[in-house]
Amino acid sequence: MLFSSIISSILRRLKFRRGVKYYFTFIGFAIVLSFVLMALLASFISPYNPVKRAGAPLESPSFKFPMGTDGLGRDILSRIIHGTRIVLRITLLSMTLSFLIGVPIGLLSGYLGGKLDSVISLFMDSLYAFPGLVLAIALAVMLGPGEISMGMSLTVVYIPTYFRMVRGEALSVKENLFVEAAKAIGAKDRTVMFKYILPNIIPSLPIILSLNAADAVLTAAALSFIGLGITAPTPDWGFDLRMGYPYLTSKIWWPSTFPGLMIVFLTLGFSLFGEGLTEILNPRLVRR
Amino acid sequence: MIQVQVKDLKKYFPVQKGLLERILSRKVDYVKAVDGVSFEIRKREIFSLVGESGCGKTTTGRLILRLIDPTDGRLIFKGRDITFLKGEELRRLRKNMQIIFQDPYASLNPRMRIGDAVGHPLEIHGIAEGGEKKSMVFETLRKVGLEPPEKFYNAYPHELSGGQRQRAAIARAIIVNPEFIVADEPISMIDVSLRSKILELMKQLQSELDLTYLFITHDLAVSKYISDRIGIMYLGEMVELGLKKEIFSDPRHPYTIALLSAVPIPNPRVKRKHIELKGEVPSPINPPSGCRFHTRCPFKEETCETEKPRLIEVTENHYVACHKAQTLSIN
Amino acid sequence: MTSMNRKPLLSLENLKVYYYTDEGVVKAVDSVSFNMDRGETVGLVGESGSGKSTLGLSILRLIPPPGKIVGGKVFFDGIDLTALSEDEMRKVRGKRIGMVFQDPMTSLNPLMKVGDHIVETIVSHEGVPREKAVERACSLLEDVGILPERFNDYPHQLSGGMRQRIMIALALCLKPDLVIADEPTSALDVIVQYQILELMRKLKQVYGMGLILITHDVSIVAEVADRIAIMYAGQLVEYSDVNSFFNSPLHPYSEALLESIPNIQLSDQKLKYIPGIPPSLINPPKGCRFHVRCPYAEHRCGEVEPQTVEFERGRFVKCFRYVE
Repeated sequence: MLFSSIISSILRRLKFRRGVKYYFTFIGFAIVLSFVLMALLASFISPYNPVKRAGAPLESPSFKFPMGTDGLGRDILSRIIHGTRIVLRITLLSMTLSFLIGVPIGLLSGYLGGKLDSVISLFMDSLYAFPGLVLAIALAVMLGPGEISMGMSLTVVYIPTYFRMVRGEALSVKENLFVEAAKAIGAKDRTVMFKYILPNIIPSLPIILSLNAADAVLTAAALSFIGLGITAPTPDWGFDLRMGYPYLTSKIWWPSTFPGLMIVFLTLGFSLFGEGLTEILNPRLVRR
Repeated sequence: MIQVQVKDLKKYFPVQKGLLERILSRKVDYVKAVDGVSFEIRKREIFSLVGESGCGKTTTGRLILRLIDPTDGRLIFKGRDITFLKGEELRRLRKNMQIIFQDPYASLNPRMRIGDAVGHPLEIHGIAEGGEKKSMVFETLRKVGLEPPEKFYNAYPHELSGGQRQRAAIARAIIVNPEFIVADEPISMIDVSLRSKILELMKQLQSELDLTYLFITHDLAVSKYISDRIGIMYLGEMVELGLKKEIFSDPRHPYTIALLSAVPIPNPRVKRKHIELKGEVPSPINPPSGCRFHTRCPFKEETCETEKPRLIEVTENHYVACHKAQTLSIN
Repeated sequence: MTSMNRKPLLSLENLKVYYYTDEGVVKAVDSVSFNMDRGETVGLVGESGSGKSTLGLSILRLIPPPGKIVGGKVFFDGIDLTALSEDEMRKVRGKRIGMVFQDPMTSLNPLMKVGDHIVETIVSHEGVPREKAVERACSLLEDVGILPERFNDYPHQLSGGMRQRIMIALALCLKPDLVIADEPTSALDVIVQYQILELMRKLKQVYGMGLILITHDVSIVAEVADRIAIMYAGQLVEYSDVNSFFNSPLHPYSEALLESIPNIQLSDQKLKYIPGIPPSLINPPKGCRFHVRCPYAEHRCGEVEPQTVEFERGRFVKCFRYVE
């Protein structure tokens, strides 16, 4: 979480010339896309079975094992390729769910206002006040390990982000004259919300979506790292990092470094993409 | 025949206060935006509400359309009390009364194509859908001069000029065949060279579609051009009301007289006597006692400070709220 | 006064101001020339996007980027302002040419007392002792109709009309020879507008400065100006004294404009309107820029740009109808 916000602030401080931001968006998109392809084609491109022993334990990187092998002699490259699936699935699941829940609630709350809005906002703000990781850990402990429960706990963490953003936008969009105009032609609240307010909020959503995705990758890795994630032997970056790092003291760097790098790359990809989108879609937001 | 009747209409808006003030004092202040206004609009007439910013003319328009709820008073539309209409009934009423806003840049949804925006009222009221809707939209676009309609149907508001957008907004208002339209400063944000065309269009639509207008404006010259009758508002109250001819040839309220003498005239050779008003419009939170205009009135007497003048008929169909209305005249 | 060899106060020669935007070059001011004398009031009239505000700003060399003066000269009291360095120009601004904007709130510092605005300006430009500047500020406030006890008020405590009075005092505090007022009354109600126009008329007699009044409302010009300049699509199409102009406008655009505005003095007025919409300044029509909307347009109007001719002494018009 800290990491992605650091990237964001660095990117923000760099004085872009025109066009540079388009490159960043493109690079970010390319990174994310290549991970997606890697996940889709995992069974074809991975050289070994990720859960079976392929060579001697802790073999250093070589032609046979480009990233070496882990403590149980499994090919790290293959585990990384297959691990992409898990991390993207969890990210996708949690992003979709939190989007589908957070956006309508935020819209409703911001548009209707009143007591309902106060109650929902209070609840969402208290969720938001928790550090994301702490909340995710607490939820993951309750739900137990596994892909679905990880997705669920991340969902709960990110609902308030969408909620707050959509509610805020709805509050400002509903002050527009065209909303009053819609009421004047006799539109129902539902029509006003979905035909007049939501379409004016949607352009800001891809940004939140990709920045949250960056965050989710890190949080998911963190959950796995502390053992609240996927159960062994399923390949998973966070878990592999955890299993590899004790060897660092013995100068065996590869079992932890490669999964770590992957986490960094994917996060970077989402962040670059999101930041670039912010610049392109909402230029005023950043420049002033 | 009377189309709209407004009886003692009031709208008080609570004043937003800071946290500290709210803790320190329980008293809530109100902006008395509209404070006891009564008038009627006859069928097929153009009635103008004229006044300076903050006089309550726009609030009155929104109150009549029930876009905001009145604090007090009664609204009668075609003999039916609509003051307390709610939900489905209110929604159905909207088919009969429409509004054209001042700002054509803000009154159209930027993410909705012109055709969808103009046709939306048809959908909302279940009048037409699909191809039938499209042909009705085309017809209406033609009526407001957005031709050829197929060019505008798929355009987004930002692709149109201010005048074209206002035409689209007018199309949206008339497509459901309303009887009554509130036009809130419909030309003040439009390029000077295009204003007269919009006024002309509104007049033409009025006779074609048997419309009744409430025309809200700050511009006396425009109101003189377009209206049949005029009401002059000051600080939430109606101060003078009458036929256009009466208001312009025989204004009786000192405020009307001052307002008329301040309007710039596009003729450098005309020199008029000007009535200088003291100070500025007082706050609508604590309006002056008695006649609200007494703090600035050059003809003020003692009674004006204590006694509120009622709107009385000075000549036929010409009403003035001033203690000296019978004696005062610019002629 | 020997008016023969007297230099005009302001003289524009073929001034061109372009904005280099992503969409293309916006020719906001395209070859504008006119002279104005000392103590004169010129009403500069045009619709939004006609270039009138850009023209006002370009005299002060305050055009925001991506705008640039790309050609022509601005002679002020015989000095070519376009040739001055930024430092020299700064001394002209405020001191010799004052400016009044439409929205006084954005031009006043919200955290500074209104009196101090004036005092600071006087002290920084003239280096006089503060007490003296305060004295002068107080008398200025009185001149613009603001009680001296308002000296310590902040801008938000004043009404729109009062803020505009402060702006006028600020523009006048260094006794400039020329004041440029850009839509000074457009945000004000009609009665306050009248008060401000009256004030400017009165101050002109006291201070004797020249005034360029930029507005979209010809009626205002009829009320206060000596001369009128009509801008259309970045060009000056007519320049004339006010009386002759309102008596018989020359340019077809001026004529149509006057016939399209409601006049409160007339009853049962028939309004005319100008067909079409104002042209884009990126791709203005060929020939005369008004020809597409002009009822008198001939073939040549769409082919060649008409020259500006002096129809009568002091009346200039850019239209083929007045070319022999």
